[in-house]
Amino acid sequence: MTSAHSKLYSDDVSLVVVVVDTNPFFWATAALPFADFFANLVHFVNSILLLNHLNRVVVIASGVSSCAYIFDSGDASPAGGVGVAATFDKASRKVEEFIAQDAHATASNSSAASANAASLLSGALSLAMCYIQRIFRSGTRHPQPRILCLQGSPDGPEQYVAVMNSIFSAQRSMVPIDSCIVGTQDSAFLQQASYITGGVYLKPQELNGLFQYLAAVFATDLHSRTFLRLPKTLGVDFRASCFCHKKTIDMGYVCSVCLSIFCKNQKKCSTCG
Amino acid sequence: MGSMTIGAKYKTTLKDPGTPGILRMNDDKFTFTPNDPRSAMKLNVDFRSIKGHKFNKVDGNKPALLNLSKDSDKGGGYMFEFDNVGNRDLCRDFVAKVLGKHQGIPPRPTMPPEISGSSTGLEQLSAAEVERRVKLLREDSELQKLHKKFVLGNILRESEFWATRKNLLDDEANKASKQRPGFKTAMSDVRPSADGRTNKVTFNLTSEMIHQIFAEKPAVRRAFLDFVPKKMTDIEFWRKYCRAEYLLRTKNTVAATAEAAEDEELAVFLKNDDILAKEAKLKIKRVDPTLDMAADAGDDYIHLPDHGILRDGSKETVDTDSEWAQRTLSQELNRHAAVVLEGITSDVELTDAKTVAEALTRSKKEPPSTSTVDDDSHERLVKVARMTEIEDLQAPRSVPYAPLSIKDPRQYFDSQQANALRSLGGSNDGRKARNCSLSTEEVFHHIMDQISSFKVNKSNCSVLESDMALKVLNELNEGISRSRRLNLKNPQEGLLGRVPQHTQDELMDHWTAIQELLRHFWSSYPITSAVLYNKVQRVKDAMTQIYQKLQAIKESAQPDVRHEISRLVKPMTQALDAAFSHDLEQQQKSAKAGNKPNGY
Repeated sequence: MTSAHSKLYSDDVSLVVVVVDTNPFFWATAALPFADFFANLVHFVNSILLLNHLNRVVVIASGVSSCAYIFDSGDASPAGGVGVAATFDKASRKVEEFIAQDAHATASNSSAASANAASLLSGALSLAMCYIQRIFRSGTRHPQPRILCLQGSPDGPEQYVAVMNSIFSAQRSMVPIDSCIVGTQDSAFLQQASYITGGVYLKPQELNGLFQYLAAVFATDLHSRTFLRLPKTLGVDFRASCFCHKKTIDMGYVCSVCLSIFCKNQKKCSTCG
Repeated sequence: MGSMTIGAKYKTTLKDPGTPGILRMNDDKFTFTPNDPRSAMKLNVDFRSIKGHKFNKVDGNKPALLNLSKDSDKGGGYMFEFDNVGNRDLCRDFVAKVLGKHQGIPPRPTMPPEISGSSTGLEQLSAAEVERRVKLLREDSELQKLHKKFVLGNILRESEFWATRKNLLDDEANKASKQRPGFKTAMSDVRPSADGRTNKVTFNLTSEMIHQIFAEKPAVRRAFLDFVPKKMTDIEFWRKYCRAEYLLRTKNTVAATAEAAEDEELAVFLKNDDILAKEAKLKIKRVDPTLDMAADAGDDYIHLPDHGILRDGSKETVDTDSEWAQRTLSQELNRHAAVVLEGITSDVELTDAKTVAEALTRSKKEPPSTSTVDDDSHERLVKVARMTEIEDLQAPRSVPYAPLSIKDPRQYFDSQQANALRSLGGSNDGRKARNCSLSTEEVFHHIMDQISSFKVNKSNCSVLESDMALKVLNELNEGISRSRRLNLKNPQEGLLGRVPQHTQDELMDHWTAIQELLRHFWSSYPITSAVLYNKVQRVKDAMTQIYQKLQAIKESAQPDVRHEISRLVKPMTQALDAAFSHDLEQQQKSAKAGNKPNGY
């Protein structure tokens, strides 16, 4: 799905916003060590920047209790010295700071900490959409934006409403959301996101070759996607979670006015009344 | 269209108690065989001799009668009495269909005058309705098959069958053309045949021509109404009219003036049609503003005879102060066209000239006198809003539905299948979630260690092995081609295509039949009346039959296609099972509810 602004700029310039899942609860038990994963990611970022000198990459980290911008290739930097090493340094420093912050936030908020804690996907998607909107307003010449989510932790049903809202706003701005699942379970949110916005959803079988997956599938710009054949999912998990308890449900009750979903029959809708 | 066998009683008169027997009807004829072999009441009648059928409203104890009449004038026919109204209705519908086929339009069924009283809500079909149904059945063979199976097989009734197909019938109704033929050409004048020998000129006037003359020349019509029968008779009037025409035609102005002077009635015909003149003046004022033209007196072409070809073919300009009518070709044609566009407003029989004249005058009674007072702009707005609708040229107006936009259901069901598989076995990539027993601080420590190790090893650029890369690319390729194969499903190669052709047809037939039956079945719940209960019983019997047939098909399948057939038959049997179990539940519930009052 090409962006509406493609006519205003050259075809294959892209802005990739990468949302990285830095949930330590997941990475503590992940098959792929975080260090390797991060190395793959940095190489991927560099290769995107190599494809076109006008490409831009923004990396957002989503932790357990907070999210932050980790890396922005558009930051002012000296003419020389922008290379792989510089990227590594900047990124790793920021990640460290962010994790420390996150640890602090999580320590004070003990309810979020558990083995099955979810990362703040909703917050990260909102940050991404805000950045993209700023780019849209920067003038007529801007790259075509897309979002790439590298997700490992399971979905948090309590974020259902916020995530769906960000997905719809991405759909409205015609920003595709690609997803690459490095965890064990499929993510219903990201399946729906990719389906609605026209992005690619992939769950790689070989995590050691993660870089190859990223480079083959997710590095393609939007213009090229019209004539490339990318992997398609066979099915999308369309389940929703109820608004009252945030449990994932298959059948429930729907408010006829605002279409909010509830698991039990209620006389008064909590959203619209 | 099948045949029908039903028990009935044949009565010669209304008082006759009736001979019980079997009535058999098919497309060409019907036979009645009395139960008593000694009785002489055997009948074998061709439907072609039957011109109509009548049936009565059934109220209380009155019997259900059906009367097949031979000829509407002379009477004489066959009367049958039925045990219940349902049977009679079935027979009646069948007879209507057969008669419709034989005659094109079945006659309007009328009520015998002896039966009165409140009706019990039987369906009274009008002739047009029956005709539409027959037409639909004729055009759509699938519909005909369904109809034959169910309605003639006594499983469903006509009314139920057509209840869900109202939209089809309405479309049919709207297609019927509303066009009525207009008058013949303007050139069909009163043309005399001249007899050279005896110097007589004969005019032939048919009633149709009279009608046309009245429509096109309102002054003549007014004169007719005024003069006849007060001053002269019909024939005299027309004689004078023809004389005037003759004089005008032969351009005998001198004779015209002479005759007009002595006969004032004749003078009427020779003058210009003043009604038309008045109308023309009004019309100029009422020019359609959407044309955006300003009309003025110069457009009143009726009063400016200085151009145009005259009626008799001459082009010379005659002096304008002659009073006699000078009609140009274009005026005549325009007048004729205007009359045709107005249409034949009344369906009056063309028998009597007087009634025609009166009818036409009545239809022209709109008062145009108030138009001068109207506000100009308001008039224009009114006219802009009113556009002439030419019905024949419009698209057929069907009932306004909003079309349903339903997404491809395959997508949803495929995804549910994938989900089911996933929940059963999960993906076999060997990834398992390891149990984490670390606390929060330990977890964060862990990740910080990872990052620091990463910073240390940052110069190690080997992030991907070549054989791993190859593996990944192969896997991606496979996945893409597999999903592509599954999405481009060729219906020929699908499940149904692998089954032999006759089984395919059989299964499709069963499927449409099951759909129809299930639709009626589910719509009858909850059962609130005896009618619905009967309907459900009938539908259930039919469903059991089809169920048995499906089982038979499954068992008799050839071993090589057995698997496909069972897969195809499975959803049908599942649907039927669901219906049966629902019915069973309802019965049990009602049985339980029924026990209570007995217990008390």
